[in-house]
Formats: sequence, structure tokens, C-alpha cells
Amino acid sequence: MAAGEPISIQVRDVHKEFRRFEALHGITLDFDPGLMHGIIGPEGSGKTTLLRILLGLMRPAQGRILYFEGGRPASFDVLRPHIAYMPQAQSLYPDLSIEEHLAFFRDLYGIQPRAYAEKRAELLSVSRLAPFVDRPAGQLSGGMYKKLGLMCALLRSPRVIVLDEPTTGVDPISRRELWELLYRLLDQGILVLVTTAYLDEAERCSKVHLIESGSVIASGEPRALLDDQKARSFDELFLRRAAGSASE
Amino acid sequence: MEDEVVVEAKQLLVRYGDFTAVDHISFAVRRGEIYGFLGANGAGKTTTIRVLCGLLPPTSGDVRVAGIGYRQDEAPLKAVARPPWGMRISAGGYERVERTIKTKVGYMSQKFTLYNDLTVGENLDFIASLHKMAPAVYRRRRQELLEFISFKKNLGDMVGELSGGIKQQVSLAAAMLHDPEIVFLDEPTAGVTPAGRLRFWKLIRRLAENGKTVFVTTHYMDEAEQCGRIALMRDGRLIAEDSPAGLKKLIFPEPVFEFDPIKPLSFSELKSFETHEAFSFFQPYGHRFHAAAANAEVWARRAPDLRTIFSIRPIAPSLEDVFIRAIEGRR
Repeated sequence: MAAGEPISIQVRDVHKEFRRFEALHGITLDFDPGLMHGIIGPEGSGKTTLLRILLGLMRPAQGRILYFEGGRPASFDVLRPHIAYMPQAQSLYPDLSIEEHLAFFRDLYGIQPRAYAEKRAELLSVSRLAPFVDRPAGQLSGGMYKKLGLMCALLRSPRVIVLDEPTTGVDPISRRELWELLYRLLDQGILVLVTTAYLDEAERCSKVHLIESGSVIASGEPRALLDDQKARSFDELFLRRAAGSASE
Repeated sequence: MEDEVVVEAKQLLVRYGDFTAVDHISFAVRRGEIYGFLGANGAGKTTTIRVLCGLLPPTSGDVRVAGIGYRQDEAPLKAVARPPWGMRISAGGYERVERTIKTKVGYMSQKFTLYNDLTVGENLDFIASLHKMAPAVYRRRRQELLEFISFKKNLGDMVGELSGGIKQQVSLAAAMLHDPEIVFLDEPTAGVTPAGRLRFWKLIRRLAENGKTVFVTTHYMDEAEQCGRIALMRDGRLIAEDSPAGLKKLIFPEPVFEFDPIKPLSFSELKSFETHEAFSFFQPYGHRFHAAAANAEVWARRAPDLRTIFSIRPIAPSLEDVFIRAIEGRR
């Protein structure tokens, strides 16, 4: 259970000029807690830039990010320890085992032994990684590696977790296991923010935000968005858009 | 020549120390086929490809690629620690065999095979020099391939500045530069957008139409649908091999339905359906679910209740369903 009140984030008219790709042109979005927010868009549309700005890794050229704790404004610096990030190309230590990774992050985050023992057992059980605790990260399969990355991010019970394409290069079964892990977080009131290139995963989000060329082109519940566009699935919707702009 | 077998493995075994990565698998791929190799991460797909490309000697078994056969004697080989060069090998010598195979096969590995800090032209020049291509032949091939992938950027553009989709297409051109008969593509579209993946698969189909044999691994099941035949691997073993339609019949003999929830389900509700007596299979698929009926009698009894929660229609199972049931071995 995440200790502390739920965190929400508001993005207000955020701009960022940034070489050719990944620029943002006035993004306004609300991220409410207890929901899974999917940020969907083509490569170079600005998804990663947006995540990096939310995480305080980059400053917007214009606009503001507002953070709230239990509905009251809060400063990012206070909330920072409760916001976890799993980048696209995550670097774990290839010669440290799963067990050693967990112990390392325990020490890094200063987690108390009893809290750690509980968390460790919970994470190993839901991730189904318990049989592999002694295997070095360098020898894990793609799916297991991603799960270990997620476990390290979840170790200190964050209230917000931001994941950049967590399932790229992951087989269909591990992909489902990762999503199951994310769903469990929602029941604890955690805000989950995820980008994905898998459009079936977009449909499993509570809300999706479609971003194209640095602007939000649609935002809402997946079912409502699809009904609105008279599409059966996001696959169909994107194929239609791709056919319309096949000249890329 | 249509039915000519160009890639063949018989009882192929690869061990890394105590770990068996590929466990006595056998298969044959014909000229012009698009042959899909599916399995969970770590099932042994990449290891198999590396053996077929002549990059890794098999521990035992026979391999024949583009008419060139090779085998490694039964002696367990520490392939990780020691390269095979100069070791005791069967007639012909491993190293010589490996060189010849490389002229016949193209390989696009999981990671990008191009140098980000070189231009497109420099990358291709470099690969041509590795293959010792004559300058005139190289320029002609380069021109053909850039037209083939409809390359609209400049040869002087840095590879690192290209979008992922264009980079993959250039990687494919690089793998085809020496005009191999067979091309091995190991997760060529990981991280590429849906539109980029579509374009890439158009190229793959055209290669096969031109008589090239394509051996491909992917985690995208919509791509796997486009393969002529698919081999499913689990824990180093080949557990099924058939056309996409054939695999669906084999893995799902019972009827499959799509369940569209009338209102959203909570996580615990979803979990309860996974073990519901009416289903032998129940998996999320976007915001809908795919389910197989456990048996006709239970189905008839429980269907009216289920219809108050879902709108239900019969469907053909997807390859994703096939993958999950076959690989996970779930009931």
C-alpha cells in the first residue's frame, strides 16, 4: 500500500523546442491518481519529452506543471521521492543478480528491514521472479529484465510511476504479466503513466492521450474515443490514419 | 525449384555449459517461404539463428543452409568461453564452412546493425568492404536496394538522426547488400511504430515474392499472421509448426468467443473470470476478452448469465491467443 495521499499532476500549455523531433507545442493534460494513463503517439511525437518534463529532468520552454497531494498544491521537490521512473532503455547492472539489485536499491532508498522484507516478498511473488533471484541481470530474458526494472522502481512504494515503453521487445506472455503488475498498482491509488507502441495495450488504459507532432489530438476514455472515431480498435484507427498519410 | 529446401536443421542441439539453449530441434524451410520463429524471450530463437548464420557452432546435430551442410561432433562444446576455430571438427572444417555460409545469408540482428555516428552511405560502404564487393557491383546493388526501400533521405544523413522505421529499412538494405539467398531477421521491428511495421512487412513480402527466403522472429502477433509457416519454441524445444490457420485449429479445437464487457471490469472481477468454470481460456485483448468454452454443457448453462455482463460473438482465435496457450501451457 502506498503511504501518503494520492498525487495528481496537471500539465498546462507546455512548450518545448528541441531539435527536429520530440518538440511540444502547447500540451495541456490532467493526470488523476488511481488511473492508468496511456500516452500514445508515433515515434518523435514528443511522448518521451513530455515524460521527462513531468519528472523534472527537463524544463519546459513555456508553460507549467502543477503537482497536487491529496488535492492540495505541492512542490515537486517534496513529491520527488514518491515519483518513480522506468526509462525505455533501462540500465541495470548486468553482473548483479535480482537479489543484489533489490538489496542495492533498498540501501539506496534507505528502506527499513521489515518494510523491505515484506515488499521484496510481494514483488517477487507477483512478478513470478522468485525462482530466478540468483540470476545476474545480464542473463535475464527481455521480459524478466523489464520486470526486474519495474520491481526496482516499485521497491520504495511510489505514488506515481512513469513507464516509457515498458513492453517493447517483450513477448506476449511477459507483456501480460507486466500489465497485471500495473493493474495491481491502480487498486492502491497509484497514478500510472505509460507510453506504448502496442495499441491493444492503449485500450487497456483508463485514459488515453493521443499525441501527434507535439500536440494532444485526442484525450479521454479509450471506449469513448473509439466510439467517437467510429473505430473498433486503436489498431484500426491508426491504420486508417497511416493510410491517410502513407507518404512519410 | 519452388519446393527446394534451403534451410534445414536435424536434431540441432546447442548447450552453453550446463544450459541447453536449443534442444534437438528439426525443421526445413523452402525457397521463397516466410518462416516465422515465435517463442517467449529466452526460448532459443536467437541461438538457433546464430547457428544457421554460421556464427555459432552447434553442440550436435546437422544443419544445412543454402546447400552447405555442417555439423559439430557430439563432444560438448564450451561455445561461450571458446570460439570453435581450430577445434576438432568434422570434414571440411568449421571455419571454411562458416565463411561460405556468410556469402549466402543476410542477418539483421535484434539490435541495430548500423553505426549511428556514420552516415547511411558510410555504413553501406563499410558493409560492402566486409563482403569484399567489387565497386561496380556494390554501386548497382546499393541503387537497387535504396529504390527497393523507397529511401528518400540522403546518403550523407547520419544514421543516428533517422527515425526508427527508416533505420530498420536501411538495416534491411544493409543485410541484403551482398544479395544473399536467405535473410534472417531477428525481431526486426521491435520499437518501430505500427505504420513503420506495416511498411517493413510490405518489403518482407516483396523479398519472398522475388524468391528470397525469409526467416523472421517477432513478438508482434499481427506480423506473425503474415508468415507462411510458424514454428513455436518453448524452452529450446520446437512444440508446434504449421501455417497460422493450422496452428489456430491445432491449439484451439474448441470454439472461441470475443467478450465485450458491457461495463468496465475491476481487476478482481477479471481475475475471477480467468478461473470461471465456463472457460478453458480467458485473456484480455485490448478492452475486450478472448475466451474458449470449457465444454458445451457448462457453456449452455452459464452463457445466459455471462450475456448480462458481456456482449459475446464467435471469432477465430488470434495468434496471440495461440501463443499464450501454447507457450504458457495453461489449461
